[in-house]
Amino acid sequence: MSNESKEIELIKDPGLPAHQHRRTDVDEKYAKIAERQVAILFMLSVAGTLLLIYSYIFIDTDTFIFIPIFGDQNAHQLFLGLGMAMALFFIGAGAIHWAKQLMSDEEVIAQRHEFRSDEVDRAEFVKTVKEGAAVAGLGRRPLIKRTLGLALGLSGLTPLLLLRDLGPLPGNEQKETSWKAGTRLVTDPGDRPIKASDLEVGAVAQTLPEIIGEDKHRKLSDIAKDAVLLIRLRPEDFNLDDERLSWTHEGIIAFSKICSHMGCAVALYEQQTKHLLCPCHQSTFDVTRAAKVIFGPAARPLPQLAVTVDSEGYLIAQAPFNEPVGPSFWGRSA
Amino acid sequence: MKRLSRLRRHRAAGPLLLIFGLLTIGTTFQVASAVTNTTTANADRSALIEEGKQLFLKGCSSCHGLNAEGGVVAPSLIGVGAASVDFQVGTGRMPMADMSQQAVRKNVVYTPEEIHAMAVYVASLAPGPEVPGDELLNYERDGSIAEGGELFRTNCAMCHNFAGQGGALTQGKWAPSVMGVTPKHIYEAMITGPQSMPVFSDKTLTPEEKLSVIKWIKHAETEPQLGGVALGRVGPVTEGLLVWTLGIGMLIGVAVWLAMKAR
Repeated sequence: MSNESKEIELIKDPGLPAHQHRRTDVDEKYAKIAERQVAILFMLSVAGTLLLIYSYIFIDTDTFIFIPIFGDQNAHQLFLGLGMAMALFFIGAGAIHWAKQLMSDEEVIAQRHEFRSDEVDRAEFVKTVKEGAAVAGLGRRPLIKRTLGLALGLSGLTPLLLLRDLGPLPGNEQKETSWKAGTRLVTDPGDRPIKASDLEVGAVAQTLPEIIGEDKHRKLSDIAKDAVLLIRLRPEDFNLDDERLSWTHEGIIAFSKICSHMGCAVALYEQQTKHLLCPCHQSTFDVTRAAKVIFGPAARPLPQLAVTVDSEGYLIAQAPFNEPVGPSFWGRSA
Repeated sequence: MKRLSRLRRHRAAGPLLLIFGLLTIGTTFQVASAVTNTTTANADRSALIEEGKQLFLKGCSSCHGLNAEGGVVAPSLIGVGAASVDFQVGTGRMPMADMSQQAVRKNVVYTPEEIHAMAVYVASLAPGPEVPGDELLNYERDGSIAEGGELFRTNCAMCHNFAGQGGALTQGKWAPSVMGVTPKHIYEAMITGPQSMPVFSDKTLTPEEKLSVIKWIKHAETEPQLGGVALGRVGPVTEGLLVWTLGIGMLIGVAVWLAMKAR
């Protein structure tokens, strides 16, 4: 083996490739064309703004025009949007075309330099700060120095107050609903009490607890926990243990509508299969087996509300829910 | 004899006789005509039931059983009522084209008279929901759009979508769009609960409330696209698709243009 072959041939820095001139750099004719193109793009933007102004002032808000494929469209809004889109887009398009075709495109190497400032500049800066401090007389007037320190320090601490907004702790809010033993089930909306005989087999009803007292206003935060779906099946369709069967009334069974996975409203009831489907993540619950999860991400069955009838025949809750409704949370007992 | 002739010449005799005569003729005619009416109505009805039964035996009994008692593949029709037949056959869902997950809306096979006959036959088996009459279905007069919207969002929107466009259920089934469905068929669907749909009882969703729902649906059908292109009114699905394909595609196009070397 010869000596030469053992030498590693160094790869030389190829440097920048030769600059290629654009047509517009070489031929003034093309530069003129590009100039006009940029001007046209900017004028299209002007047209867009004019269209925006015109449609804002002169097109009635209830004018509809037919656009193929899209159907009847509101002309006022369509041209407002189209005008604004044109106005903004063509400014950008013109600027890009201008930069690419006419502005200099020579490759330039920008040299890096040290971040540290000159010694002279640094000394000058320290001197200026010291002089400023001396003029302000902070050393001579300790009262100002201390009160300023206090003011700045205290105002800096105020963001700590925001931590309070992480609370307060919900307490029992998540574990309790408005359902009590004897609460009537009423229709949502309508607030009418429901008799067992009002429901045919295969019927459903969206229900809420009856409000007793003066204030008939429902809080959204209550509806979000209290919503109950009432379903009537044939009693022989049930496949329940004795306790759960005693929570039903002549085939009428009630479940919390709040999904045990993420809290969506579960109300897609399929009458033939007797499945309840959650529209958010497709958790499927089998109504005949006390809302057992048969598909999807939910980990627990929907809480069942024990129902019966009162002396007048209206459906009531036998007891509050025996578990918290809705999704899991810290401190929820399994 | 003398007394009778005296009575005959009494001045009240003429009018009394006239009244008596008219009454006799009137009541006789009334009774006679009433009798004929009931008999013909009964005869018509049994003829209609018989016609319906023949249609049923030809077109439906292979699945629903010779006496509508149901079978392995089809439910019993005893007690489903005339409204159920009118809905299922009147929207073309029955007879089914194949044994798929869902009976779909398609061209109606039977004439209105034939559907009526079958409905009468099925209703004669056991009482069930009746076909709502035109007087009941006056939703323009008796319904309220605002109330209908609230009721639709609580009771219907989870399956049929917030704008009534329909949506997916489990295992390939779906809730169909409610656009373009006749008021009668919407009403019948609510009272009979066809296929996957549950029943909405008259006490929990009163007839007036049902009319409000219909009025809202009819209003939604003609509602202009106020927010621009509606994209099927199914919300984030088509809107997201458009943004991800057209929107991001345009951005990529601009990015490529920006990075391209000018010649």
